[in-house]
Amino acid sequence: MTVRIQEEEFDPGTEISGFCRGRRDIGAVVTFTGIVRDVKDTLNHMRIEHYPGMTEAALGKIEAEAVERWDLGDSLVIHRYGDMKPGDLIMMVATAAPHRADAFAAAEFLMDYLKSRAPFWKKEITQSGEAWVDATEADEAALDRWSS
Amino acid sequence: MIEVLYFAWVRERIGIPREKVETSATTVMDLVEELRVREERYAMAFSDLSALRVALDQELGEFDAPLSGVREVAFFPPMTGG
Repeated sequence: MTVRIQEEEFDPGTEISGFCRGRRDIGAVVTFTGIVRDVKDTLNHMRIEHYPGMTEAALGKIEAEAVERWDLGDSLVIHRYGDMKPGDLIMMVATAAPHRADAFAAAEFLMDYLKSRAPFWKKEITQSGEAWVDATEADEAALDRWSS
Repeated sequence: MIEVLYFAWVRERIGIPREKVETSATTVMDLVEELRVREERYAMAFSDLSALRVALDQELGEFDAPLSGVREVAFFPPMTGG
């Protein structure tokens, strides 16, 4: 289980090829990569702020919960903060398991929780000004399917 | 003495990222009330608590939670990671 919070860019190819290398018990690796998007073609850049200390603790807790629910061999969460341009990578999640169903489910679980339970805040800086991104009800509702 | 932290637009409205607060508040809500009456910028930031979240010693908590033994309280809007 690894959590990395960093300002600098990362290379998902390097991360994936190093993840679980040499393990003989892993049959599936699932990865998700989050990218800055510019839907309205007005975004100059996105700024992400976080709560050092709590971020690591919250993500560690979410990962521990995933390990309890699924048969996981390992997991990796990388999340950036600071300024990013459209097309830049924001974060990635990787999960490794003996079977793909566990790897897929755990990756979705990690993403759903990370979106609304890890202390990150996004601000969009556009040509006409800047605005904090609002949390959506859909993000909160996504957690309900895991609460059984 | 409690370390109070502000993030995102809460930090922008109040104008500082953190401060030490000498308080006798027994719950988060008491602390919010003390801050609200300080100055307009605090009243603005804490005008709608449904738009705010609170963390006690870096764990999400509730506004009616007790402050005894708590060293760090953080106020921020709903999180938008990922």
